[in-house]
Amino acid sequence: MPTTTTEEPPEAPVAKDPLAPNPHRVSGGMLDPKQLVTSFPDALRKLDPRVMIRNPVMFVVEVGAVLTTLSAIKSPSVFAWVITVWLWLTTVFANLSEAVAEGRGKAQAETLRRTKTDTVARRLADGWRPGAEGLVEEEIPATQLRLGDCVVVEAGQIIPGDGDVVEGVASVDESAITGESAPVIRESGGDRSAVTGGTKVLSDRIVVKITSKPGETFIDRMIALVEGAARQKTPNEIALNILLASLTIVFLVAVVTLQPFAIFAGAEQTIVILVALVVALIPTTIGALLSAIGIAGMDRLVQRNVLAMSGRAVEAAGDVNTLLLDKTGTITLGNRQASEFLPVRGVDIEQLADAAQLSSLADETPEGRSIVVLAKERYALRGRSEGELAHAEFVPFTAQTRMSGVDLNGEERRALRKGAATAVMRWVRDHGGHPTDEVGPIVDGISGSGGTPLVVGEVSWQNGTAEARILGVIHLKDVVKHGMRERFDELRRMGIKTVMITGDNPLTARAIAEEAGVDDFLAEATPEDKMALIKREQAGGKLVAMTGDGTNDAPALAQADVGVAMNTGTSAAKEAGNMVDLDSNPTKLIEIVEIGKQLLITRGALTTFSIANDVAKYFAIIPAMFASVYPGLQHLNIMGLHSPTSAISSAIIFNALIIVALIPLALRGVRYRPSSASSLLSRNIWIYGLGGLILPFIGIKVIDLLIQFIPGLR
Amino acid sequence: MPSSLNRVIRHHLAALRMLLVFTVITGIAYPLVVVGIAQAAFPHQANGSLIKDRGRPVASSLIGQNFNLPLNKGQTSPQPDRKWFQPRPSAAGTTGYDPTSSGASNLGPNNPDLVAVIKARRAAVAAFDGVPPSSVPVDAVTASGSGLDPDISPAYAYEQVNRVAKAWGLNRPAVRKLVADHIQGRNLGFLGQDRVNVVELNHDLAASK
Amino acid sequence: MNNTLAGWLQVIALVGALALSYRPLGDYLAHILTSPRHWRVERLVYRAGGVDGDADQPWPAYLRSVLAFFLVSLLFLYGFLRLQNHLLLSLGMKAVKPDLAFNTAASFVTNTNWQNYSGESTMGHLVQMAGLAVQNFVSAAVGIGVVAALIRGFTRKKTDRVGNFWVDLTRVVLRVLLPVSFVFALVLVAGGVIENFHGIQSITTIAGEHQSLTGGPVASQEAIKELGTNGGGFYNANSSHPFENPNPFTNWLEIYLLLVIGFALPRTFGKMVGDNRQGYAIVAVMALIWASSVAIVTANELHSVSSSAGHLAGGMMEGKEQRFGIWASALFAVSTTLTSCGAVNSFHDSYTPGGGGMTIFNMMLGEIAPGGTGSGLYGILILAVVAVFVAGLMVGRTPEYLGKKLRGQEMKYASLYILTTPAIVLVGAGLAMALPGERAAMLNHGPHGFSEVLYAFTSAANNNGSAFAGLSANTVWYNTALGLAMILGRFLPMVFVLALAGSLASQQPVPVTAGTLPTHRPQFVGLLTGVILIVVGLTYFPALALGPLAEGLH
Repeated sequence: MPTTTTEEPPEAPVAKDPLAPNPHRVSGGMLDPKQLVTSFPDALRKLDPRVMIRNPVMFVVEVGAVLTTLSAIKSPSVFAWVITVWLWLTTVFANLSEAVAEGRGKAQAETLRRTKTDTVARRLADGWRPGAEGLVEEEIPATQLRLGDCVVVEAGQIIPGDGDVVEGVASVDESAITGESAPVIRESGGDRSAVTGGTKVLSDRIVVKITSKPGETFIDRMIALVEGAARQKTPNEIALNILLASLTIVFLVAVVTLQPFAIFAGAEQTIVILVALVVALIPTTIGALLSAIGIAGMDRLVQRNVLAMSGRAVEAAGDVNTLLLDKTGTITLGNRQASEFLPVRGVDIEQLADAAQLSSLADETPEGRSIVVLAKERYALRGRSEGELAHAEFVPFTAQTRMSGVDLNGEERRALRKGAATAVMRWVRDHGGHPTDEVGPIVDGISGSGGTPLVVGEVSWQNGTAEARILGVIHLKDVVKHGMRERFDELRRMGIKTVMITGDNPLTARAIAEEAGVDDFLAEATPEDKMALIKREQAGGKLVAMTGDGTNDAPALAQADVGVAMNTGTSAAKEAGNMVDLDSNPTKLIEIVEIGKQLLITRGALTTFSIANDVAKYFAIIPAMFASVYPGLQHLNIMGLHSPTSAISSAIIFNALIIVALIPLALRGVRYRPSSASSLLSRNIWIYGLGGLILPFIGIKVIDLLIQFIPGLR
Repeated sequence: MPSSLNRVIRHHLAALRMLLVFTVITGIAYPLVVVGIAQAAFPHQANGSLIKDRGRPVASSLIGQNFNLPLNKGQTSPQPDRKWFQPRPSAAGTTGYDPTSSGASNLGPNNPDLVAVIKARRAAVAAFDGVPPSSVPVDAVTASGSGLDPDISPAYAYEQVNRVAKAWGLNRPAVRKLVADHIQGRNLGFLGQDRVNVVELNHDLAASK
Repeated sequence: MNNTLAGWLQVIALVGALALSYRPLGDYLAHILTSPRHWRVERLVYRAGGVDGDADQPWPAYLRSVLAFFLVSLLFLYGFLRLQNHLLLSLGMKAVKPDLAFNTAASFVTNTNWQNYSGESTMGHLVQMAGLAVQNFVSAAVGIGVVAALIRGFTRKKTDRVGNFWVDLTRVVLRVLLPVSFVFALVLVAGGVIENFHGIQSITTIAGEHQSLTGGPVASQEAIKELGTNGGGFYNANSSHPFENPNPFTNWLEIYLLLVIGFALPRTFGKMVGDNRQGYAIVAVMALIWASSVAIVTANELHSVSSSAGHLAGGMMEGKEQRFGIWASALFAVSTTLTSCGAVNSFHDSYTPGGGGMTIFNMMLGEIAPGGTGSGLYGILILAVVAVFVAGLMVGRTPEYLGKKLRGQEMKYASLYILTTPAIVLVGAGLAMALPGERAAMLNHGPHGFSEVLYAFTSAANNNGSAFAGLSANTVWYNTALGLAMILGRFLPMVFVLALAGSLASQQPVPVTAGTLPTHRPQFVGLLTGVILIVVGLTYFPALALGPLAEGLH
C-alpha cells in the first residue's frame, strides 16, 4: 500500500488545535492583584463565625485571634498586639483567597446575567402540533414559561428558555454562553436541536419546546456554578478536611497539655504564646487555601468553556481509567480526505486527477475540497473556478444518485461522475460502458485498509457515440489528528486506557485505531454497545469518561462517571452528562482529565507543604518558649533568631504571609505534566515537601531580621 | 429489650467459656507440661542452677550475693568483708541482693543523688582495694538492673586480688589464676561481654582453702 | 574481639535470624489466617466455647466479640487477683488491692503488661500462670486477629465480612503461639531459666547470710512474654533478672522472640494481598526505623560523658547487667520499645538523656517498627493509609491503597486512629503534671522527673509496658489513670481499625494502572518513613523538648 498521504493537510486546524503537542500544560487564569483589593470586603464579611466554622482549621485560628485580642487588651504589650494583628490577618487572608476565587466567578456571572434581561416569550397559546398552521400567540415574560410550552422565535429575537427546536431551522448566535461569535445552525429533529435560553436567533424562524423550569435554565445553573453558590464539598475535599481536622485536634491537645508541663518546668506560658504555637502548628496554609483550590478548579474548567455540574465530576475526571473517544472529530479530523488517486490500466494518473478535480470543483464538502487540493498539490493542477469552465453544469450529490460530478457541454462533450463504487459503475453501464475487473479489487483494497473509495467515471461523446469508462478510484482516508499518538502515549503513562468509538466496520476501525495509537476500539458501535462497554469497565472498578451529543447517547452519558455533553447536542444529552462543553470539542475530554488531576495535586502538594512548614516553626518557637528555664534548648534556635518575642512573631507573620503568597498557586493550580505516578510524586515531594521544609527557615529568618528593630520585640 | 439483652449475655457467656478453655490449655496444661519436661531433662537449670555445699544449697550461681561482715551493734549499713571478692552495688532490697525485691536504682543519669553515690562508691572502693580512684572500673560503682547481678568485670576482679590474697594469706598469682579461670567469655564468641561470676569465684575460693 | 565488633555481630546475627524466619513464619501465619479447614482440636475448642467456627462476621460482630472477650478477661483476671489468697499455689501472697488489681488486669488484657507490682512479692504461681500468662497468649492473638481482619478488608470485595474472631484467636494460639512458646521455653530452660513450682527457698549464703531464692514456672511464661510482645516479667526486674534471662545467649534469644512475629507479619500481609512486594516495603520501613534507633541508642549509651553520672562512673552501666553490657542492653531496649513488648533487660530510667529519650520516642511512633503482634502491623498500615492519602493526592487521583479508595469514611477512621493515642498520652501526662500530689511520685527531679511521667503515659497508651521505673506509680490515681490509658489505647484504635476493615471490604477494588501510586518501591518506603517521623515528631516535640531534650542539651 503506497503511503501517499498528505503529511499535513492544509485544512487541518493544527494551529488552533488545543491539543498542540508537547510542551503543553494546563494553565489557569492569572491572578490580577486588583482582585485582592476588590475581594477584601468579602473577606471581612466571611469572618462571621457561623461561616468560619465550616472550615475547622481557620475557625481555630479565629477563636485564637479572639483570645489573644482579649489578652492583649487586658495586658497590652507590643508583642501581644503584633501577634493579635497577625492572627486576624491570617484569618482574613484565608477568607481573601476564597473571596478572590469566588470573585472571578462573580465577574463571569455578571456577564451571564446581562443575557437574562427581561426577555419576552411568544408562547403558542394552545400548544404546537406538527404541521399546525395559524396558531395563536401570546406574549408573556420569559420567567413565566413552563415546562412543555412552545414558543416562536424569529430572527433578531432572544430565545426565552432552554428547549428543543421542534420546527424550522435557524442560525443562532450562542456567543453569550460560549464566547464563540460564529453562529451555529439549530434545526428540528436530530442531534442539533437543543437551544439555550439567552442566545439569539440570527435568521429564520423556529418553534422551541421549553425543556427547563424557570430558574433552572442552563444559564441559571451556569451562574450558580460560576458564583460558587451551588458549591458543595467534594468527596475528596471532605476526606482531606477530616485529616486536617484531626491534625488540628492533635496539635490543640499537644499545646493545651503543654501548659502543665511548662508550669512544672517553671516557664508558664501566656495565652498569646500558646495560641501562637497552636496557629503555627495547625495546617493553616492548606486550611486557608482549600476552598479556593476547589473553586479555582471549577473556574479553570469554565475558562475552557466547560461547565461541570458538580465538583464531584471534576474530581472523578482525575480518577478516570478509561476514556471513550468518538473517532470523528476527536481522533480524526472531522472528515475524510483524499490521499491518493488510483487509475485503472490505460488511464494516466494525471488524467484521473484532472477528472477528479473537475468533478469536485463544485463540491463544497470537505471531502470534495480535499480532492481539489490533492490534485493541485500532487499534480500541479490548479483549481479552476467555475466560471472558467464555460458550459459546465455541475451535478450535486443526492442521496438517490450517491454521486456528484459535472457535465461539460463545450467543444467536447463529456460527463464526469465520482461517488460510491456501485453507483458510478451502474452509471457507466447505463451509458453502455463496461467497468474493468480491476476496479473491484482496488475498491476492496481501500475499504480493507479503513479508507473510503470514490470511483471516478467518465462518459464522453464523440461523433454522437457515447463512450463510458471508469477512470480510477480516489482513496479517501480518515486523517488522524496531528499529535494524537503522542497524546495517547501520554495518557497511557498516566494509566488511562483509550477506547475509540466508531460506527465504522471493524476492519476500518482497526486500521485507524492502529494509526492513532489508541488502546482499543469499539466498531459499529450502537448506543447499546457503548453502554455495555461502560458497564463492563465499571464492573472492573474502572472510572469511565466519555463525550456524547445525541439523545441516544444520554443513557451512556448518565452511566459514565464523567459524561461530557456537547453543547451542540440535545437537551437530553446535556441533562444526562455531568459536564457540558460549550465549544463542543470532544478532544477537550483529555484536558478535563488533566484539570481534575491538577486539582487533586494542588491539594496534596499544599497539604504536604503546610505540614512540612511546622518543623521550622518548632525550631523558632520552642526555644523561644523554654530557653529561659532550660538554656540548653537555645541549641534548637538554629536560625539564630533575635529574641523570643521576635522569633514567635516571625513564625506567625510567615504563617500569614505564606497564605497570600500561595493564593496565585492555589488559583492557578500546581504545574502538571502528564507522567507516571512515581515521577509525579517524586517531583512534588521534592518541591513541596522539601521546599516546605526549607523555605520557612529562610522566610522566618528574613522576617526576624526585619522585625527585630521593632522596639517591643527586642 | 430482653431479647437483645439476652443476646449480649449469651455473647459474653461464650466469651467466658472461650477464656476458660484457653485458661485450661495455656494456663494449666502448658506450664505443667513444660515443668514436667524441664524437671526431667534439665533439672539443674530448672531448679535455679544451685551450688551445693555438702548437699545444702548455698547459692544459685545466677543470683548475686552480699559478701559483708556481720552487722555490729549500732551499725546501720554493713561493711564489705575484705576476704571476699565484692559484687557490684545492688539496689535490690534495703541491704542489696535480696531476690524477693529485685530491681534497679532508677536514678536518672544526671540525678545529683546518683552522682553523689558514684563519687562515694569510687572513693570507698579505691580505699578498700588500695588502688587509685581513677582505676576503679565502672561496674564497681554502678548498680545493676536486677540488683542480683552475679557478675563483675574481669578488671574489677583483678583489682580485688591483692586485698583478697592478703586477707586469706594466699599468694597473689594463685588468686590471679583463680580469677583468670573464672573469666567467662562471650557466648558463642560475640554475645554479651566478658565477666567473672563472683558467687562461683568466692565459692571456689573458699573451697580452695 | 573488641566490644564494637561483637556488638555489630550480635545485631547482624539477629537481623539474619529474623530474615530467615520472615518467609516461613509469615507464610505460615497467612496460611492459618486464610485456611478454611479447622483442626479437630479447634473444633473441640469451638464446641467447648459455644461459638460457631464457620460463621464469617461483619466488622461490628467481630468487634463485639473482641470487646466481649476483653470485658470477660478483665473481670476474670481482676477477680483472680482479688481472690488469689484463697487459691492454690498462692505462696501466702495476699489479695491484690482493688486499684492495683484493676491496673494489672487492664495491663495484661491489653497486651501492655505494665507492672505496678513486684512479681516476686505480690503474685502466687497460679495467678502468674493461669491468670497473667493466659492473657499473654490471648491478648497477642487478639492483635493478630484484628490485623487479619484489616488485611481481609483489603483483599475482599463487596462484602461486609471480615473473618471470624474466635477462629483467628484459636488458630493463632494453638497453631503458632503455643507450639513456638513450648519449644523456646525448653530452650530457655536449657540456657538456665528456671521452671519449677518451688516457693521461696531460704539458703545460707557463702558469706553466711540468709537469702531467699524465689522459684516458679518462669521459662514457660518467659517464652510467651517475649513471643507475644507482652513483656510482663515474672519478677520485678523483668528480663534483667538472672532467673528470667541468665546469659547473653538467652538474652539474644529473647530479643529474637519479641521481634520475630512483628517482623514476619508484613510477609503475611504481602502474602494475603497477593503481592509480596507490599510486605517487603512495609518490613523495610520497620527495619529502617529499628536499625536507626539501635544505632542512636547504642551511640548515646556508649557516649557516657553526655551525662554527669556516666561521666563520673566512666560508663553507662547503672541499671545494666554485667553479662549483657551496653550493646546487648541497648539492642534490647530499642527492640522492646519499638514493639509493644515492654520487657526490659536494663533500666531505661538510668539511660542517657539521648538513649532514654529515644526509647520514649520509639513508643511515641505508635509501636510500629515492628510493633506488637498484630497491633504493630495495623498501626503501620494506618500510617500507610495516611501517607498514601497525601501522596495519592499528589499524583492526581483519589488516593487508593491496594486497590481500595481512601475516601472520607476511610480517612475518618484513620484520622481517629492517629488522633487517639497522642491524645491519651498528652492528656494523661498533662493531668498528672497538673496534680501536685501525682507529681510527687517522681523519683528524679527536673526534666528527668517529667520524662518519667511522660514515659508512663506513653508506655500505657501505646501498650508497651516498660517504664522509667523511678516513678512510684502504685497509687490509686496512677493505677486508675494508667489502667484507663491502657484500655483506651488498646481498644479505641481497634474499633477504628475494624471499622476501616469493614469499610474497605465493602469496596469494589480499583484496578492498578500506571497512574496508581506504587506502594512497593523504595520511594514509598522513604515516604512512609518520612510521614511517620514527621507526624509523630510534630505531635510530641514540645513534650520531648521539656523532657529528654531539656535534659540532654547543655
